[in-house]
Amino acid sequence: MKTILVVGNGMVGYKFCEKFVAKEESKQFKLVVFGEEPRPAYDRVHLSEFFENQDAKALEMAPAEWYAENGIELIVDERVADIHRTNKTITTAKDREFSYDYLVLATGSSAFVPPIKGVEKEGVFVYRTIEDLEGMLAYAAKLKAKNPNAKAAVLGGGLLGLEAGKAVMDMGLEPHIVEFAPKLMPRQLDSRSSQVLQLKLESIGLNIHLSKATNQILGDDGYITGMEFGEDDVLDVEMLVVSAGIRPRDELGRSSGLEVGVRGGIVVDNKMLTSDNNIYAIGEIALYNQMIYGLVAPGYDMAGVAVDQILGHTETLMPAEIDMSTKLKLIGVDVASFGEPFMPAAKGHSIIFENKTQHLYKRINVSLDGKELLGGILVGDASDYSMLHQIYLNGMAIPEDASQLILPASEGGSAFGSALDLPDEAQICSCENVTKGEICNSIKDGTCEDLAGVIGCTKASTSCGGCKPMVTDLVNETLKSLGKTVKNVICEHFEYSRQELYIIIKTKKLTSFNEVLDTCGTGHGCETCKPLVSSIFASLYNVTPNVEDVTQDTNDKFLANIQRNGTYSVVPRIAGGEITPQDLIVLGKIGSKYNLYTKITGGARIDFFGAELNDLPAIWKELIDAGFESGHAYGKSLRTVKSCVGSTWCRYGLDESISFAIELENRYKGLRSPHKLKGGVSGCIRECAEARGKDFGVIAVEGGWNLYVGGNGGATPKHAKLLAEQIDNETVIKYLDRYLMYYIQTAAPLMRTAAWLDKLEGGIEELKKVVIEDSLNINAELEQQMAFLIDAYECEWKQAIENEETKKRFNHFVNSDDRDDNLVFVPLRDQKMPKHWEAKRKKAEEVL
Amino acid sequence: MSELLSKYKTVKEEEVSVWFKVAPVSAFPNDGGSCVKYKDLQIAVFNFSRLNKWYACQNLSPEKLENVLSRGMLGDHKGIPKIACPLHKRTFSLESGENLNGDLDAIAIYPVKIESDFVYVGFSE
Ligand code: SRM
Ligand SMILES: Cc1cc2nc3c(=O)[nH]c(=O)nc-3n(C[C@H](O)[C@H](O)[C@H](O)COP(=O)(O)OP(=O)(O)OC[C@H]3O[C@@H](n4cnc5c(N)ncnc54)[C@H](O)[C@@H]3O)c2cc1C
Ligand code: SF4
Ligand code: FES
Repeated sequence: MKTILVVGNGMVGYKFCEKFVAKEESKQFKLVVFGEEPRPAYDRVHLSEFFENQDAKALEMAPAEWYAENGIELIVDERVADIHRTNKTITTAKDREFSYDYLVLATGSSAFVPPIKGVEKEGVFVYRTIEDLEGMLAYAAKLKAKNPNAKAAVLGGGLLGLEAGKAVMDMGLEPHIVEFAPKLMPRQLDSRSSQVLQLKLESIGLNIHLSKATNQILGDDGYITGMEFGEDDVLDVEMLVVSAGIRPRDELGRSSGLEVGVRGGIVVDNKMLTSDNNIYAIGEIALYNQMIYGLVAPGYDMAGVAVDQILGHTETLMPAEIDMSTKLKLIGVDVASFGEPFMPAAKGHSIIFENKTQHLYKRINVSLDGKELLGGILVGDASDYSMLHQIYLNGMAIPEDASQLILPASEGGSAFGSALDLPDEAQICSCENVTKGEICNSIKDGTCEDLAGVIGCTKASTSCGGCKPMVTDLVNETLKSLGKTVKNVICEHFEYSRQELYIIIKTKKLTSFNEVLDTCGTGHGCETCKPLVSSIFASLYNVTPNVEDVTQDTNDKFLANIQRNGTYSVVPRIAGGEITPQDLIVLGKIGSKYNLYTKITGGARIDFFGAELNDLPAIWKELIDAGFESGHAYGKSLRTVKSCVGSTWCRYGLDESISFAIELENRYKGLRSPHKLKGGVSGCIRECAEARGKDFGVIAVEGGWNLYVGGNGGATPKHAKLLAEQIDNETVIKYLDRYLMYYIQTAAPLMRTAAWLDKLEGGIEELKKVVIEDSLNINAELEQQMAFLIDAYECEWKQAIENEETKKRFNHFVNSDDRDDNLVFVPLRDQKMPKHWEAKRKKAEEVL
Repeated sequence: MSELLSKYKTVKEEEVSVWFKVAPVSAFPNDGGSCVKYKDLQIAVFNFSRLNKWYACQNLSPEKLENVLSRGMLGDHKGIPKIACPLHKRTFSLESGENLNGDLDAIAIYPVKIESDFVYVGFSE
C-alpha cells in the first residue's frame, strides 16, 4: 500500500481529502494529513462569522470524526518541520518521522506583515486564523472597558482589509482603513468605482485614508497608540489589524531545495507537480503561471488535479486561464469585479453608469465589435453579478445595445433573458464546480425535487454561497418548465402562502392548529407552520398564546424571550417610556429579590435577564400586583411606542408626544402581526424619538402630525415614508388602524412593514390610495377588525398566572420541583451573566 | 465528548432494565413535551397525540449544552417525527435521534410506555 502525506489541513488540504475519498482507487492508498493549527480545517472564507457566535465548530469543513470514518489519519497541532527528499520522509516538530510515496504540500499562506518600525507592539494583529480573531476580540473588549470610544485601524484597503474593517466596527471600535494606494481594492477596482465605494463605506461609518505610507507604529510601554505617516500626520489608534497581502508558507520548499518563485511560492506545472516528481503543491502555496491565486476556487481545482494525477488519471490538468472574478461579501456593501475589470482602450470599449448620490457604479467592458463581454465592475448593486459573470465565462451573446446590461431595468423586465438560456456546461457554482446541466438534470431525472434537494446532492452553493440566487433561479425555472408550479409555500405541510392561509382560516373560521392541518394541510406540522398559524389566529381572534401553547414559538410559549443559557427575560410594559419613581422602586425590589441582571433597553424600558423558568410566574405575579402588565417583548406584536418628552417639557416641542405615544401604545398593545411592530412619536422634527426608524412614526409639525410608515432599524435599516401630513390625532389613529390591519392581512411571515411596503406594487402611493382614498373599499372592514382586536385585549401574563393549569408549563420538571442544575452564572460588574458556551464546553471536557 | 453529553446513551426497548414511573398521562400537554428528572438525568418526554405516540430523548441540546429540548416544538419532516430545539431550531428525529437539518451528533432516545394511564421511561443500567 502506498502512502500519501498531506502537509497542511486548511481549506485546500481538506478539499484534497474530500475529493480523494470520493474516488474508488483511493482504497489502495494510505492518507495521512498534518495540520499545524490546533483544530481540523475550517472555512477561512467565512472566518468573520466567528465574530457573531464564536462558534468554531460551526466553521469546521468536517468534524474530526469524518477523517477517521473515511480512513484518513488526521494529525493536528503538529507542524511538519523538514522534508528529506532523498529517503522520502518527513519529520515533524515533535520529532516524529513518516515516510511517503507522494507528498502533497498544502501549507497555504500567512498574512504578510510589512517591516514597519514598531509593528511588533501589542495590539497589532493579523487576520487569518481563529486564534487571531480570539486575540482581537479579547483585546477589543479590554480597550472598550477602558475607553468606549477606542479606535482601531486596518492596514490595507483590499478585499480582506475591508472585511476586517467591518469586523472591528462590529466590535464597537471606531474603524479606520489605511491604504497605501490611492484607491480601495486596487486589484479589483478602477479609480471611479473606488471613489463610489469610498462614499458608500463612509456612509456606513468606516473612515478611509488613502495614499498613506505608514512610517512607524507609535506607542510607549509596548502597546500601540497610533500610526505615523509623516511628520505631523498621525492617526491615534489603539489597535491595528494588518491586512497587507499574503506570503506563501514555502519554508519547507526552500529548505528541501524545491524550486520556488522570486517572490515566494512553490513552482508547479499544470499537473500540480513541483520540481520533485513525488511532491505536489496545491492552494495558496502553489505558484502556478507565476501567480499565487488568493482564492479558494482555484485551490479546489488544484486539489482535484492533484488527486487525479496521483490516482493515475493523468489527463486531468489545470486550465491555463483562471477566473479571478470576485464578489465582496459580508460587509453589507455590494462590490464585484469579473473578467478584465480594467481594460486597455485598445481592446474594447467601456460602458459606465455612475450615480454617486445612490452610491452606484457599474462598468462593463465590451469587445470592439460590441459582441463580447470582457469584464466589468459593480459597486452598490451587484445583483446582476451572477448573470454577467456567466455571460462572460460562457462567451454568450450580448444585446446589441450592451448598455441594457447595466442600466436600471426599464419596463418589461431585464435584458438577460432566463437563466435557462445558459449552456449546459456553464459553471454555476465555481467553488464546488457544479454546472448548469448538473443542476437542471438532478431535477429532470427526478433525483431532486426542490432547492434543498439540489443543494444537498450537487453541493452547489455550499461554500461561498455567492451562486445561491442563480441556483435558486435555475431550480425554479426548471420546475416551471416541467409544468410544476413553484409557489411560495409555507413549508412541507401547507401548499399555501401566508396570505392564502389567512383567508382560508378566516372564511372557514378554523380555531385550532389540528383543525387547520386537517382541513388544508398534510402531515403533523413543524416549527415553521405552527407559529405561523398561531400568529394568524392571534391576528384574527386576538387569542393569547395561553390558549394553544404547544404550537407557539418558544418565546410566545413561555411569554418570555429565551436567552442563550435557557433562562428568560422579563419586560413589563412601560408605555411611552414614562415611569414614576415609585414604580422604579417596585421594579428595583423585584429585580434584586430574584437576582436578575437589569438593563435599560434600546426601546426605552427595563429588561430583567436570567429569570429561571420556575420563577417566571412568581415574578410576574409581583409585577401584576404592582400594576404592571406584559410588555410583549417576546411576541411578534407591538413592542414599544418610543417617545420624546415633547411639549410637556421640551422648549421646542410642538405637541404632547408622550401623551400621544402612551395612547397609541395602549391602543395597539397585544396586537399580533407577521413580525414585530414598533412605533415612535416625536414632538418636533428634531426627532429625538427616532420615529422615522419605526414601523409607524408620528412627528408633530405646525398644524398637526405627520404620519410616517414602513421604517425599521435592524439589519436593513429603512427610513419610514410619509403617508399623510398635518393631520389631527383622530386621523392619525384612523389611518394607523387601516394601515396596520392591511399589513397584518397581507404580509408574508416574518416580514417587517418596510419589506412589505417595498414589495407592495405601487409602493407608498398605492398605500395612500388604499388607506386614505379607500380605493379597495376595505377600510370599513379593516377598522372593524382592528376595533375587535383592541377590544379583545387581555394581559396574557395575568391570564397565565391566574390559571393553575397554564401555570404548570413553567415547571422545569414534570415530576419534581427541582430546578435545572446545569445553569452556571459568572459575575459581571455588579451583576451576573451566563457562563459562555465555549467556556462551559471546555470545562465539561476538562473534567473528562 | 463532554461529560454532560456522555451521560446520555440511547436505550433500546429490549435493553430496558428499569421502567421509571414518571407521572400520570394527564400531566403532559397534548402534542407537547415536559422534562423528566431521573437520578442526574434530564429526559424530555413528548406526547405526540396527533400520532397517538410517545417519545423521549435527552433534554440537553447537543449544540449548546443547555437543558431545553422539552421546551421545543414537535413536528414531522417527511413523516419522521421530530423535535425542534427552541434555541436555534436545530431539529432531531424522535425515532433515531439524528439531526435532520445539520450535522450535529445524534441525541439519545429512550423508550416510553403507558400503563394504566401512567407514563414510564425505560433505562438500562
Ligand atoms: C433588549 C433589546 C436590546 C437592549 O438591550 O436594548 C433587544 C433584544 C433583542 N432583540 Fe432587539 N432588542 C431591543 C431593541 C431593538 C431595537 C431598537 C428599538 O426598538 O428602538 C432594534 C432596531 C429597531 C427595529 O426593530 O427596527 C432591534 C432590532 C432587532 C431585530 C432586527 C429586526 C429587523 O427587522 O431586522 C431582531 C431580530 C428579529 O426580530 O427577528 C431583534 C431581536 C431581539 C431579541 C428578541 C432576540 C431574541 O429572540 O432573543 C432580543 C431579546 C430581548 C430580550 O430577551 O428581552 N431585535 N432591537 C431591546 C429591547 C427593546 C424593548 O424594550 O422591547
Ligand atoms: C478573512 C478571510 C476572508 C477570505 N475570503 C475569501 C473569499 O471571499 N473568497 C475566496 O475565494 N477566498 C477568500 N479567502 C482566501 C481563502 O481563505 C484561501 O484562499 C484559502 O484558505 C487557501 O487555502 P489553503 O488550504 O491553500 O491555505 P490555508 O487555508 O491557509 O491552509 C493552510 C494550512 O496549512 C497549515 N500549515 C502551514 N504550514 C504547515 C506545516 N509545515 N505543517 C503543518 N501544517 C502547516 C496552516 O497552519 C494552515 O492551517 C479569505 C481569507 C481570509 C483570511
Ligand atoms: S423631538 Fe423635539 S420636542 Fe421632542 S425632545 Fe427633541 S427637540 Fe424636544
Ligand atoms: S460559487 Fe461559491 S458556493 Fe457556489
